[in-house]
Amino acid sequence: MSSKDLFKNRYRVIQIIISAFALVFLLRLLYLQVIDRKYDAMAKNNAIKEVDIYPTRGLVYDRNGELIVYNEAIYDLMVIPRQAKNADTTKLCELLNITKEDFLKRFEEMKKQRGYSTYKPNVFVKQLSLKDYSRLQEYLYLFPGFYGQVRTVRKYPHRVAATILGDIGEVDDKQIDASGGYYKPGDYVGKSGIEKVYEKELGGRRGKKFVYVDVHNREMGRFRDGEYDTLAIAGDNVISTLDILLQEYGEQLMQNKKGSIVAIEPKTGEILAMVSSPGYDPNLLCGAVRGNNFKQLLRDTLLPLYSRPTLATYPPGSSFKPVVGLIALTEGVQGVDYLVPCSGVYFFAGLTLHCSHRHPSAGNIQYALAQSCNPYFWQSFRNTIENRKYKDIHDIYGKWVAYCNSFGLGIKTGIDLPYESSGNIPSLKYFDKVYGKTGWHSSTIISLGIGQGEVLTTPLQMANIFACIANKGYWITPHVVKKITDPVTNKDVTHPYEKHESLIAKEFFDPVIEGLHMVVEAGTARSARVEGISLCGKTGTAQNPHGDNHSMFAAFAPKEDPKIAIAVVVENGGYGSAYAAPIATLMVEKYLNDTIQTKRLPLEKRMMEANLLSKYGVSTNKSAEMKIEEED
Amino acid sequence: MARKDSITGKLDWLTILLYALLVLIGWLAIYSAVYDDEERNIFSSSLNSGRQFQWMVASVIVAFVLLIVDSRFYITFSYPIYVFILLLVLSVMVIGTEVKGQRNWIRIGGFQMQPSELAKFAVALAVSKYLAGLNVDIRKWRDKWKAFALIAVPILIVAVQGDAGSAIVFVSFALVLFRDGLESYFLVIGASVIVLSVLSLVVEKFLLVGILFGLALMVMYFARRNTKLVMAIAGIWLAASLYAFSVDYAFNKVLKPHQRDRINVLLGKEVEKGRDWNIRQSIIAIGSGGATGKGYLQGTQTKLKFVPEQSTDFIFSSIGEEFGFIGSLVIIGLFLGLFFRLLYLAERQRSKYSRMYGYCVTSILFFHFLINVGMAIGVAPVIGIPLPFISYGGSSLLSFTILLFIFLRLDTQRYETMR
Repeated sequence: MSSKDLFKNRYRVIQIIISAFALVFLLRLLYLQVIDRKYDAMAKNNAIKEVDIYPTRGLVYDRNGELIVYNEAIYDLMVIPRQAKNADTTKLCELLNITKEDFLKRFEEMKKQRGYSTYKPNVFVKQLSLKDYSRLQEYLYLFPGFYGQVRTVRKYPHRVAATILGDIGEVDDKQIDASGGYYKPGDYVGKSGIEKVYEKELGGRRGKKFVYVDVHNREMGRFRDGEYDTLAIAGDNVISTLDILLQEYGEQLMQNKKGSIVAIEPKTGEILAMVSSPGYDPNLLCGAVRGNNFKQLLRDTLLPLYSRPTLATYPPGSSFKPVVGLIALTEGVQGVDYLVPCSGVYFFAGLTLHCSHRHPSAGNIQYALAQSCNPYFWQSFRNTIENRKYKDIHDIYGKWVAYCNSFGLGIKTGIDLPYESSGNIPSLKYFDKVYGKTGWHSSTIISLGIGQGEVLTTPLQMANIFACIANKGYWITPHVVKKITDPVTNKDVTHPYEKHESLIAKEFFDPVIEGLHMVVEAGTARSARVEGISLCGKTGTAQNPHGDNHSMFAAFAPKEDPKIAIAVVVENGGYGSAYAAPIATLMVEKYLNDTIQTKRLPLEKRMMEANLLSKYGVSTNKSAEMKIEEED
Repeated sequence: MARKDSITGKLDWLTILLYALLVLIGWLAIYSAVYDDEERNIFSSSLNSGRQFQWMVASVIVAFVLLIVDSRFYITFSYPIYVFILLLVLSVMVIGTEVKGQRNWIRIGGFQMQPSELAKFAVALAVSKYLAGLNVDIRKWRDKWKAFALIAVPILIVAVQGDAGSAIVFVSFALVLFRDGLESYFLVIGASVIVLSVLSLVVEKFLLVGILFGLALMVMYFARRNTKLVMAIAGIWLAASLYAFSVDYAFNKVLKPHQRDRINVLLGKEVEKGRDWNIRQSIIAIGSGGATGKGYLQGTQTKLKFVPEQSTDFIFSSIGEEFGFIGSLVIIGLFLGLFFRLLYLAERQRSKYSRMYGYCVTSILFFHFLINVGMAIGVAPVIGIPLPFISYGGSSLLSFTILLFIFLRLDTQRYETMR
């Protein structure tokens, strides 16, 4: 090969080398851009972000249209670190009331958070009140990179009914998983009470917008001019059954006492008031102070967070006697005018039992109820259980439990609040297990006849028994929410609550109601008589092995057309007539008449000032002294 | 035919057209990569596109001046220019300014210059001058060493300053030497070294040595009558095996972690999350462009700054995203056209100096194209060198313009016979 040919040849080689690489590039580009289409989606993932638009949470009103839960604007102080240079930190610290070390510490903590970016807004101070923020706002222009972002917190203007209204807090991992991707960390949801149960209605529906974000996750404009965006749908308003003024009055009466009040409108099952004492100001669990306050409330030995009306269970004592009597009457084992001689002592199967009061022998059920005669109801219970009509005790006891269940006892009433105890009506199985299948008789379980022993009821169930008696045989599932209103269309949604018929024969309610009327007119609760109101009630004294007995009273009024059924429990309050009965009658009077008669004002004052804290081993009620954020 | 004698008449206008097209496309691509809603004026000097425009004007002036200067000036002063520029490059170590961790910039007035960019044309002049010298025969080892030294000195200086990317560019002169008669086995060895390097990083070393041994045995069997050849094959096998081990050592001990990552990304190995960010985003940008692209100024990867160094090293991804496969095809076609035109021009030179210089220009441009586009589409390692005429950067635009227009000037005087 001549030298000239060689060079000619090399010219070609170089052309080929260049062409070969160009070909490789073209094939690679053909693959990337035409054949493999996955990169399109990857670019979209990069650049298009879904941003949530949060709806406003629904409001809560009481039965009379009084606003009891609303949203208040507060401010998060945000900072974009990259823009926040050269700020006058001394001045800012002064305005925020924090030290310089604190200031730097906040920055350090912020950096540790997930997804931290110096380009993105970060929360610097959470939940500043309107007052704090407006003081800061005037000077905000001095601090580039800092700005306020408006948020809302719940406000409870009446400061009562904390356990019913509930609270909202950050959603937990379990809820996030269960929501199928709807909730995200940091979202707020109802944690208890109405806020929790009606989360779906109150919470509304989040909207979405699609925006372009740059590599630093900053929003850079809307995707396709909002073609795929959806609007947020505001939460529905909730109309509660509560009478917030009655609720307030109840909480005043119960202050410095542990216990409950449950007031139900018998015809509808609507809860008029439900006091859990000691309570706390629901505003304590709102805003920036929530975390600390929650811890404090949790540690309080008086258990302010515990919803006593639905969770605490007590032996109902004498308040249970109407039920025992009604079952005996329906079973036909005794008539209304059945007589049980009472000498103050009751001998039965080798037992010697004592009546709590001295009174003439009862010749009918009215009088027995009025005098709360123990032997009478032991005998009634015994008559029921020893009925020869039935094969054996299992047969009849099973039926007895069914009677109790039909009053809402031993089962959950189904109230629309998150936590409820079913109380206890001991089952057949339970007795078989404890005593053996053939090892128990009417004498073994005789204490059930006067509401002692294993039988346990919640204050809600007690009120419900009296609602059922007031209705002469039925009760409606108790509830705290009347209806749901769409704030935009103003359309109401109500869903009917279930009507439960008791197994009691209707004709026996009149004599029992008469007896309960006599209790107040001439019986054990004579002191609770209110002029002008025909009250039917029953005292109860729940034996308490740990201290003084619990004072109980359950009632309904007026006798002719019952508008309120009520149960009151004052723990360690002694006899039912000591605290429970007066408090119940004051509640009834307040509800029916709106005012308390002048001559009963001293009683009202005495009840409000009654302080049983020493019986619970504490000197002050800490939760009542806790501060919420200062307002105005 | 008066114009025949003028420079304009003899100028190769096709090359100038290709040059102008590439510079214009580059300018528009730079604007697309950097504009934002606050600044939409392509001429605004707050944007890279505005500054690039100023450099484009400067380049036109420089090109004009270069075309006026008689070609004998370049030939005569090839070595002095070479020495001067290298001294200038060295001087940045004393008077230079640091930009992005590299202290190889000089500030003149409001402008910044990277002298190492100018080294390209200076070395091209010197290498052409040397190869065109009387009695120089690249096939003789005595002359080979001198040519190698001319190239190696700037490589060392630039590499010591930490600009490994610019240093590697000088490897492209191998193509010039090849054209001048350097034995083919240099290219074969070069290619083998690259293949062996890749293999020794991908394949288990002992397995690789074993496979090579098997291959060597096979060849030795066929060449068993030729003892010398057998010995040579055994020697090659030994050298290859030692090389495979030393590559592994160098890879793990000599290279910096980020350099290791770049190579691992290319070899498709797992790297720490985020280390392959540049290349991933570039590929996503190009891939999402599809066949026809998202449209000018519509690239989300570009506009939203997912691809780093968008206007400089990764400018090709912006074009790929907004103009798709068609756009990529056009760019590659324009470059290919330019290279072939330059090779054609080089071959028609009567003076060896001009021909060699033409090859220098083509080799340097081709090497930049190869690495830059290869990097953007994930077939070459990430080496931060610009795409000629297209990437943002005054020094590089100016240096490529100088490189090209000296050759065009030489071409206009190709009939004035010279050695």
